[in-house]
Amino acid sequence: MITATNLSKVYNGTRVLNIEHLDIPPGQNFGLVGNNGAGKTTFFSLLLDLIQPTTGNIFNKDITVSESEEWKPFTSSFIDESFLIGYLTPEEYFYFIGELRNRNKADIDSFLTQFEDLFNGEIIGRKKYLRDLSKGNQKKVGIVAALIGDPEVVILDEPFANLDPTTQIRLKKLLKELSKTGTTVLISSHDLIHVTEVCERIVVLDKGDIVKDIETSEATLNELEDYFSREILE
Amino acid sequence: MFGKFIWLEWKSFFRSASLGKSLGLKIFMIFLALYFSAMFLFFGIALYPMLKEFYPEADPLQVVNRFALIYFVLELVFRFMLQTLPVLDIKPLMTFPIRKRKVVNFVLLKSLYSFYNILPLFLIIPFGVFCIVKGGYGYLNMLGWMLGVYSITLCVNFINFIIKKRFTENLKALIPLVIGAGVLALLDYLEIFQITAYFGELLQLIVQNPYLGFIPLILVIFLFKWNQLNLEGKFYLDAHLKGRNKKANTREFGWTRKFGSIAPFLQQDLKLIWRNKRPKTTIYLSFIFLAYGLIFYPNDTYQEMPAFFVFVGIFITGIFMINFGQFVPSWDASYYPMIMAQNISMRQYLASKMGLITFSVVVLAILSTPYVYFGWNILLLNIACALYNMGVNIPVLLYAGSFNKKRIDLDKSPFMNYQGTGASQWLVGLPLLLIPIFFFWILNKFINYEIAVGFLAGLGIMGLVLRPSLLTFLVRRYRKRKYVMIQGFKEKGE
Repeated sequence: MITATNLSKVYNGTRVLNIEHLDIPPGQNFGLVGNNGAGKTTFFSLLLDLIQPTTGNIFNKDITVSESEEWKPFTSSFIDESFLIGYLTPEEYFYFIGELRNRNKADIDSFLTQFEDLFNGEIIGRKKYLRDLSKGNQKKVGIVAALIGDPEVVILDEPFANLDPTTQIRLKKLLKELSKTGTTVLISSHDLIHVTEVCERIVVLDKGDIVKDIETSEATLNELEDYFSREILE
Repeated sequence: MFGKFIWLEWKSFFRSASLGKSLGLKIFMIFLALYFSAMFLFFGIALYPMLKEFYPEADPLQVVNRFALIYFVLELVFRFMLQTLPVLDIKPLMTFPIRKRKVVNFVLLKSLYSFYNILPLFLIIPFGVFCIVKGGYGYLNMLGWMLGVYSITLCVNFINFIIKKRFTENLKALIPLVIGAGVLALLDYLEIFQITAYFGELLQLIVQNPYLGFIPLILVIFLFKWNQLNLEGKFYLDAHLKGRNKKANTREFGWTRKFGSIAPFLQQDLKLIWRNKRPKTTIYLSFIFLAYGLIFYPNDTYQEMPAFFVFVGIFITGIFMINFGQFVPSWDASYYPMIMAQNISMRQYLASKMGLITFSVVVLAILSTPYVYFGWNILLLNIACALYNMGVNIPVLLYAGSFNKKRIDLDKSPFMNYQGTGASQWLVGLPLLLIPIFFFWILNKFINYEIAVGFLAGLGIMGLVLRPSLLTFLVRRYRKRKYVMIQGFKEKGE
């Protein structure tokens, strides 16, 4: 589904991302792990054509993302709060995204019913603008909006951060169900437990390079913990 | 401690993302300041001889005292609109072991160093000196007067502080005050209750008993204390968070559906304008500038220069276009990455912006039809100008917009707010106005009025016909600038 070849990004002479080849097949739950500055957000931004690669290309369903806009109809994402429109209410925001993805109001309303638990009564019908919601609630809105319109690729940067424990557990369930429907899900996380639970495949980035590419199994969590604590143990 | 605050401000200025622009702006402001200082100084020196010449039998000091109140009221109005109050980002300081009073005092004392407080000195001192040298007043008397008048200026400074703190959130609460001032002004005008005269007599009293000059100074200290208590009371995050939970306005703008594929964006933009302070002001401005024609059309001096009416026509029908259009796409800066990653093609995005602005031109053109009162040719010219705006100026503006990469905070008021303005914004206004004026002037001079009007309208219609290909060109341009814009819009701060 997604292929990156020879991909690199250089800022002021520093290479922040360098991926020779990465292939993500359709329907995979793909997790990206790495310390701060490893290049996770850079990779997602390149995938969404928000920044330009220094070398190489990313193909989303064989479409070169930096050359055509054709990937937009089947790709959706939530990276950070710059994906929210602060002066809309959550409902208006959902309807707006819905219209962009050819879903009418009724579609959106029925779509939203499945998230009633997740929203916990704090989002729908409160007559509040998005900018006045708490960080956690903003994140919920962003994530749910990214699921509107049955996208084939969903990209979520740090979806678990800022969420309360209950919501984290709900989100994990949600993401697992999503991949069963054949959606390709890309997430990044600092939480090794969450990511091993949700993702079928985990790639570890370190200063822009892929240092591990693991099919998730029972041993994965230990392997990751060993990897990230190696410097401390010495 | 004050040294540390100044150090913080210094860093925040020189490390801000748009240092070059702020620096350029500061230099521009310094020039403005020098200009105004010179003007005030000139006026201060010339005031005494001028009054002597116009009112030979009156004492200049008494005349000045008589008008002093009006001056102070005007000063307050100007300060209210123009003077930005010093702000310190208190949030990071709240948990540190710094006494609140220190922070508050810093903010208040800093306001004293404002240029607006120095300016009146250029008026007061030369005039006072003249009164001593030429008017035969005792120097002690005039020192008392200068102290008194300057103290009142400082009072205005702190009163402005109080008014701003209290009313910026809720401008409507100011209405009673404005009405009160209006009533007093009316009574004064009708010579029923001459408040300006009484105020003048009070100042006269200071001249006679110079020690009374300390009374306004005491008033300054009192106002300082009041402000201090006021601000200390607001030294909580609550004060910021409170009132933010206003009920959201959920107007739907359902009628936009008629516009087909660009409807969601149109709806979006209307909400943008309606719910945010800065874009909302562009609407008010548009209506105010509609009256612009009233200045020019009845005026005989312009009748021989119809080229001037082109300026008015472009301006009236295009004021929203200029005010709103020059900041496309900066209005969407805070969520531009989303617009770029969502299922929106650049073409649709730009087409919707064009649609909105075109719509505004049509509305303003319709609203300007009563100007037919001043003659059919004015109506025809305005329609031609509207066509020109739609066909030519809108694409030009959007092209200029592709140079935008500065974020706009939607919630800030536009008065003296240069946020998001770069050199290109200053320049773009000129061709919008000058090119049609130039064409019109040439044709009107060498052929005739009708051909000149027809030519402008023709250019506009041509632009409308060519719009799809112009759009294609703009899309290419915006796609090229996309990464620079996303990067630039991320940078917050001044």
